Amino acid sequence: MSLLNLKDVTLKFGGLTAVNKLSLSVEEGQVFALVGPNGAGKSTAFNLISRFYTPFSGSITFDGHDLLRLRPSQVPGLGIARTFQNIELFHQATVLQNLLVGRHRHRRTTMLEELLHLPRVRSEERANRLAVEEVIDFLDLQPYRDQRIAGLPYGVRKVVELGRALASKPRLLLLDEPASGLSVEETQNMRWWIDDIRRHMGITVLMVEHDMGLVGKVCDRVLALADGAKLAEGTPAEVQSHPAVIAAYLGTAAVSKGADAKGVRA
Amino acid sequence: MRFPFKTSYDHDIRLFPDWWNFSLYAALLALAVVLPFMIDDYFLGEATSVLIWAVAGLGLMLLTGQTGQVSLGHSAFMALGCYSCVLLMEAGVPFVLAFLASGVITGIIGAVIAVPALRLHGVYLAIATLALAILADDIIVLTAEWTGGVNGKYAPPISILGVTVDRWSTPDLYYWMVLLVVVGVTLAYRNLLRAPLGRAFAAVRDSEISAQAMGIDIARTKTMAFGLSCAITGLGGALMGLFSGAFNNETFSFLLSIQLVMMIVVGGLGSIHGAFLGALVVSFLPQVLSITAGALGRGVAIPGLEAAVFGVMLIGFILFEPMGLYGRWLKIRTFLELFPFARKDMFRRQKAYLKTERLR
Repeated sequence: MSLLNLKDVTLKFGGLTAVNKLSLSVEEGQVFALVGPNGAGKSTAFNLISRFYTPFSGSITFDGHDLLRLRPSQVPGLGIARTFQNIELFHQATVLQNLLVGRHRHRRTTMLEELLHLPRVRSEERANRLAVEEVIDFLDLQPYRDQRIAGLPYGVRKVVELGRALASKPRLLLLDEPASGLSVEETQNMRWWIDDIRRHMGITVLMVEHDMGLVGKVCDRVLALADGAKLAEGTPAEVQSHPAVIAAYLGTAAVSKGADAKGVRA
Repeated sequence: MRFPFKTSYDHDIRLFPDWWNFSLYAALLALAVVLPFMIDDYFLGEATSVLIWAVAGLGLMLLTGQTGQVSLGHSAFMALGCYSCVLLMEAGVPFVLAFLASGVITGIIGAVIAVPALRLHGVYLAIATLALAILADDIIVLTAEWTGGVNGKYAPPISILGVTVDRWSTPDLYYWMVLLVVVGVTLAYRNLLRAPLGRAFAAVRDSEISAQAMGIDIARTKTMAFGLSCAITGLGGALMGLFSGAFNNETFSFLLSIQLVMMIVVGGLGSIHGAFLGALVVSFLPQVLSITAGALGRGVAIPGLEAAVFGVMLIGFILFEPMGLYGRWLKIRTFLELFPFARKDMFRRQKAYLKTERLR
């Protein structure tokens, strides 16, 4: 059985159908990409999985658990971590503190223990720190460890956000445009990291990305969306050459006559 | 400038980063302990009042500075702490137990009130809590049977293990008792900051959406912050009521809440130091004002002068020094440490990138 399953998920905002009968399944160990033009519903699909939105109809399951029964704050407990398109870090805190917040789902101590700083709090803190240091080593964040987010360049913030998601030791990582706003070199790094996250950490990755170069290099499977509906699904090469996808990006004139234009709206 | 050489994770978990820092605070504590031998009873009373304000301020700091929730209703919780402590003492409960219980009671009631109140955001929460503060006045009058209403109540004598602690006959004992409470509350506050819950508070303040994505339950965390904050403020209220000797419905008017807010803003939001600096300002400003007015040759008190000066200070700090007195001190210290390399814009707040608030 696949790790993450969306079945006929529909979400409407008033008269606008943001996601229309979307079905997808992500297998364990895959790197899966959602692509599509702006407003296609990619980030909305992420927010549905994170439970920030509740779908109109359809079902979402993760490893046999029904996600629709959970509150947003319970989703990370299953091992789903995510990043945001417009970096959502804690600006007043240091990189280290941000990564430590990522460990929150592993919190076992109670408020009273923490107020008194009992030995268990300290040993848990050491364990948290060790896990965070592993992430810092992995992402080469050592120079920024004690710096506040507010003073860091965009590229580093992007990496810190990836690190915060990794610090929670997830099974599924949702990356919302990991390469947007990054330089060529930083995008290259991001590519190696995503490769390593899958290969060495065994984490399944679902990502939204516009950079088709990156998608082609790291992804096993790609799903193209337009206007909330599925256009095509397959390997990166298959999707890129799919006539409906080309039509969605370039306009209907580019579609050859025999193409299936059902999913494309003028 | 010192560069601490860290050799274990415990370096970052400890309360003090190095020996120098530890000795500074140890010296400060030692000074606070021997203070009664150095100053007369009048100034000792003022010092006690500063410490009591600091306890109440730490309570609000936890909520507003740490978790980002504004409350203008904390005078109600000071009243609750005070009345519950005194009523328990009158029922025959020993002072130490009654005092701790008053904190717990205030905390629990605060948490219960927080459940509906914290559905509101920003200024709406401020308005709702302000209503609570004004309501508290009426509730005290309506329940005059227990609270004494407008006539008020006299604080019963405090006795700890057979020793009588009284503001007038043994001011030094009262001072040391308050100092003990202050040290305890400050330690608990610091412990919280280095634990997951403290980080969760700050996460809720900085970005609710990503706090949720990290598995932090917003409603639960805010409720805990409100409860803890009320508990600490309740302890402050109990100390204040017992210190003033007599209190009625007007002792804990909503102006007290506004003074508390001003105190933490002037001191510096989000720092323990800020609560203490703010307490110094709030306690000594009236004295400074009356001395100044006296020096100007006006025997008559000017009504509303104090409130006006408080208001002007609050606006001034929000406009020109949002980081408060502690923030100003940090800037001066950095300037001296880095001299002559400090840059003017080192502390400038960078505009945040686009936020995902629309998801709320």
